[in-house]
Amino acid sequence: MIEALKLSKVFPASKKSKEVRAVNAISFYCKPGEIYGLLGANGAGKTTTLRMLATILEPTSGTAKVAGYDIVEEPEKVRANVGFLSTATALYGRLSAKELVEYFGRLHGMDGDALHKSVDGLFTALDMNSFRDRRCEKLSTGMKQKVSIARTLVHDPQVMVFDEPTVGLDVMAARAIARFIRECRERGKTVIFSTHVMSEAAKLCDRIGIIHGGNILEEGTLEALRARHGKQDLEDIFVEAVGEEL
Amino acid sequence: MSLRNIGVVYRKELVDSLRDRRTVVSMFVIPILLFPALSVGLGLLGATMMNKAKEEIPRVMIIGGQDSPRIVEALKKNDKIQIVPESADFETQITDRKIRAAVVLPPDFDAAANRGEAGKVLVDYYEGDIKSELTQKTVRDILRDYRMDLAKSLLTAKGVSTGLLEPFSLDENNVAPPEKVGGSGFGGMIPYFVIILAFTGAMYPAMDLTAGEKERGTMETILTSPVSRTDLVLGKFFTVVTASLATAILALCSMGISFMLAKNTIDRLLSKNDPSFHFSLDPRGVLAVFVMILPLSVLFSASMLAVSLFAKSYREAQTYISPMTFVVILPAIVALLPGVELNTRTALVPILSTTLVGKELMAGNHPWGFIALIFASSCVYASIAIGAAVTLFNRESVLFRS
Repeated sequence: MIEALKLSKVFPASKKSKEVRAVNAISFYCKPGEIYGLLGANGAGKTTTLRMLATILEPTSGTAKVAGYDIVEEPEKVRANVGFLSTATALYGRLSAKELVEYFGRLHGMDGDALHKSVDGLFTALDMNSFRDRRCEKLSTGMKQKVSIARTLVHDPQVMVFDEPTVGLDVMAARAIARFIRECRERGKTVIFSTHVMSEAAKLCDRIGIIHGGNILEEGTLEALRARHGKQDLEDIFVEAVGEEL
Repeated sequence: MSLRNIGVVYRKELVDSLRDRRTVVSMFVIPILLFPALSVGLGLLGATMMNKAKEEIPRVMIIGGQDSPRIVEALKKNDKIQIVPESADFETQITDRKIRAAVVLPPDFDAAANRGEAGKVLVDYYEGDIKSELTQKTVRDILRDYRMDLAKSLLTAKGVSTGLLEPFSLDENNVAPPEKVGGSGFGGMIPYFVIILAFTGAMYPAMDLTAGEKERGTMETILTSPVSRTDLVLGKFFTVVTASLATAILALCSMGISFMLAKNTIDRLLSKNDPSFHFSLDPRGVLAVFVMILPLSVLFSASMLAVSLFAKSYREAQTYISPMTFVVILPAIVALLPGVELNTRTALVPILSTTLVGKELMAGNHPWGFIALIFASSCVYASIAIGAAVTLFNRESVLFRS
């Protein structure tokens, strides 16, 4: 379960830039077995929101409960129950696929049989045994993606956070990620997913939140959004909600 | 803080660093190969060149002296120099290294000397050319001996005791043990080299584990783990310290082995010039130097970790770290200057203090008060640096600097 309560993030002014209110008191929720999509253009506040939920960034005000833990009060417990995947979360090139997944398992407090069982299970399920001992820097994009997925799943988190996970990927790789996101939902995990690709949001998400300028402007199922705006195409709905041509 | 988590991060970072070619080169190749080659190799080369210069019988020209056969004969019969025929362009010949020196005799030298009125004898040589300098010294010695013999014969002829020329005799006795001699020479340089290597050993892993992670995009990955940021930075810090100490230990070992192997040769070469010379190092001194370098290594590691953590990329980190190299080299050089001594003030200056106390330790002295002060002050500086690194690692503005 994810419950964001007036979550805000303000980046203070620096010599080079003015103060930026990246996320402005947003509230939303996402239940187990549901995919919640944050749909927004670049700079809308998607990444900042998801980084706050994953406790990589601290909110300026407001808070959120993730898997039952407060992101401000118990960030380490939150991280122990979250799997975070984005194109920015790269792999350690000099570690082998197995070493990397094991390392993240250990960071999640796993050891011995439990760790080996989890790693072996993931490598079999994701068909990764043929390259388990190959260094990550030598892997193809598809292989790297599988390692990243195994990395996020090694501790069997209740909540999955995906920040634009298909950016820069080819069609096949993007479809594999979409399949993986659906599988997470089927396993009863709470899934939050950010994208700027309308078709992706339309296909995957149970509920969509349109985010712009740090505010959630619209929220609901695709059908509800269509009914509210009297439009079929999500792109048209998005442009109308945002109130400007991008 | 969890020791288990720090251990997990440390083990991973160590494996990762040992697979990084730049770290391996700075940690193993430089101390094991390059360093002994530079120190012992250059030492041997220098000693060999010096001996070669000494073995050469230099060509010397006498300018004038046609009316003074006695002094000319005295110079000619000395087998340490070879007299060549006079030529007007003697200065050019010295510059061109055709001859090493020239002795310019005033007119009517022999007769005037007998009266005790001979003017100045001038020895021309080329400063900066080691062979010319050595020849100048040899010629001066020959002329001094000749002057003494002449003075004695003149006094004897006048019936005066030659003992008046030397009312007392003078001799020196060196009470410093061989370690001290070694310590003040080659040995004094050892702490300096080890400090530099402890710094360079920490440099690459410090940049790779911070700015390198940011550049490769793994920083965000690691921040998604439940391990606290303090544990993460401490795991990284211990990896950098390990690299720094490993470089220092390897440097000391390879240097020790090289010196042991080269000892006889160095002894043989250098004792030709100075028969009392015996090259030796006190292993306890080397060990003590290593102990003193421990807190310095911690200071280097934490400072470089903090500085490169601030950088967005490896290249930016290099820009910040490169000037730090001078900050390390400068106090170490100051410590090698004559007259800079260990006192309460210098004992509080990091790096300088360790180099100075290292010199003392290598020379077999143990100034315990200063040792304690330096160790304690270095520990304080190191703690401040670790604190800075931990604080920076907990700041979003540093981790996500863009």
